[in-house]
Amino acid sequence: MAKSWEEINARIASGEAVVFTAEEFASLAADEGVSAAAKRVDVVTTGTFGPMCSSGVILNFGHSDPPIRMAEVWLNDVAAYGGLAAVDTYLGVTQPSTTRGLEYGGAHVIEDLLRGRAVRLRATSPGTDCYPRTEIDTWITLDDLNQAYFFNPRNAYQNYAVAVNTTDRALHTYLGTLLPRLGNATYCSAGALSPLLNDPTYRTIGVGSRIFVAGAPGYVAWEGTQHNPHADRDEHGVPVRPAGTLAVIADLKAASPEFFSAASFTGYGVSSFVGIGVPIPVLDEEIAATLALTDADITATIYDYGVAGRSRPSFGTVSYAQLRTGSITVEGKKVPTGPISSLPKARKIAAELKRWIAEERFAIAEPLQLLPQVGSQAQKPLDIRTGEAI
Amino acid sequence: MARKRLDLTFPPRQSLKPVIYHLVKDYDLVPNILRAQIHPAQEGRMVLEVTGTKEDFAAGVAFLEGQGLIVNEAASDIVLDEERCVNCGLCTAVCKPDALTLDPEAQTLCFDKDKCVYCEACVIACPRRAITLTF
Repeated sequence: MAKSWEEINARIASGEAVVFTAEEFASLAADEGVSAAAKRVDVVTTGTFGPMCSSGVILNFGHSDPPIRMAEVWLNDVAAYGGLAAVDTYLGVTQPSTTRGLEYGGAHVIEDLLRGRAVRLRATSPGTDCYPRTEIDTWITLDDLNQAYFFNPRNAYQNYAVAVNTTDRALHTYLGTLLPRLGNATYCSAGALSPLLNDPTYRTIGVGSRIFVAGAPGYVAWEGTQHNPHADRDEHGVPVRPAGTLAVIADLKAASPEFFSAASFTGYGVSSFVGIGVPIPVLDEEIAATLALTDADITATIYDYGVAGRSRPSFGTVSYAQLRTGSITVEGKKVPTGPISSLPKARKIAAELKRWIAEERFAIAEPLQLLPQVGSQAQKPLDIRTGEAI
Repeated sequence: MARKRLDLTFPPRQSLKPVIYHLVKDYDLVPNILRAQIHPAQEGRMVLEVTGTKEDFAAGVAFLEGQGLIVNEAASDIVLDEERCVNCGLCTAVCKPDALTLDPEAQTLCFDKDKCVYCEACVIACPRRAITLTF
């Protein structure tokens, strides 16, 4: 059995498409077999809702009179980039406030905009003949902006690390507070619901894929930064470490604060939970086999975050099913676990995307270009050199 | 023997009295102080677990009230804002007494206040700042 993108889209358009979430599909495959499930289901929806630091929005404010070429820009005292055209800016989620530090940052500004709250815009400029104004201090809302769209350079990591800490002091990391002497373990993936874990070799998810971004319809714009198809893989071809990533784009005005949440990690900084959902067409039995994998089949590698180097020591792998029981065994010690990626939200996203496809007839798109595959450029480190050595 | 949790409010002028000493010495109670915030000449607060017989407990509470303290049972000072919570579960990784856990199926956050020792680890860990200690 094989289905084409065109056939599946025709079924979506006519309202006949059979759409399951990845969890529902795995349970159907367990009951009736992968082959029968592949025949019956047209599209499987995935979802994830974890902190994704490499996210932000492009905004256009419109021109004041007289106009200003904004060289330095702040939104609620959070600096935005002033190196684009006169009234364009990029606001990154991790930028901390100049007045409230790590408790408020770019992510919080975006959440405030999504909630319809007014945000204070301040900008300065040297003043030029075409843009004579040298400063502006005003208030904006999301509705006031001409364009406002997410451009997130790295979202939806394909798998992630399990973090532990063997040192004698608590560590405050982007994976949460790691208690000393293997006091806990944290992990961050939607596991069997995670988009790229359901299409491990990037057959169907590529540039131009139509996806769910923070509640809005959006697109995969490019490979994400640090996209690495070369990570170690298990017998199913699924990476056991952080691997592929997606750069995504979507209209902020169509997004929802239900699927975008600002975050402050004590001792680390600001980030944002971003909801990403990707539909995967059940083209053949090969893709159905990976869609049928459960948390018991997918593993992540345990790393010691007590070592602040580029390569951290590993304590082997553990399945997501085991992580979700609330404890794992590391070096013979029972270690309590806690997630960071919200599974209830991931389920909501997969269900909402399913509703879009089944009820609103949201068409899926074949990639215009595949993401870099195994054999493409390897991820390179940054070496520290002097000018003389070049 | 019973164990109960008390939330004491010390009016400004009572703050320097060694009431805990008297609970132990005169009423045979075993206090375990969970949190305390006491400044001279200001109102103070203390949350403690007290173990003892029913009779000693009642007498001890009467003594505290006689000293002008406001005594409440079962302090409810840790507040979880369910609107802000995204059920990420990060707080469960730092909750040593297992007061914060995830439902095994739904993976949503469950808070068993009786197990809470007011250590505040979750307040610091929550990236949504959805857990606050009003104390």
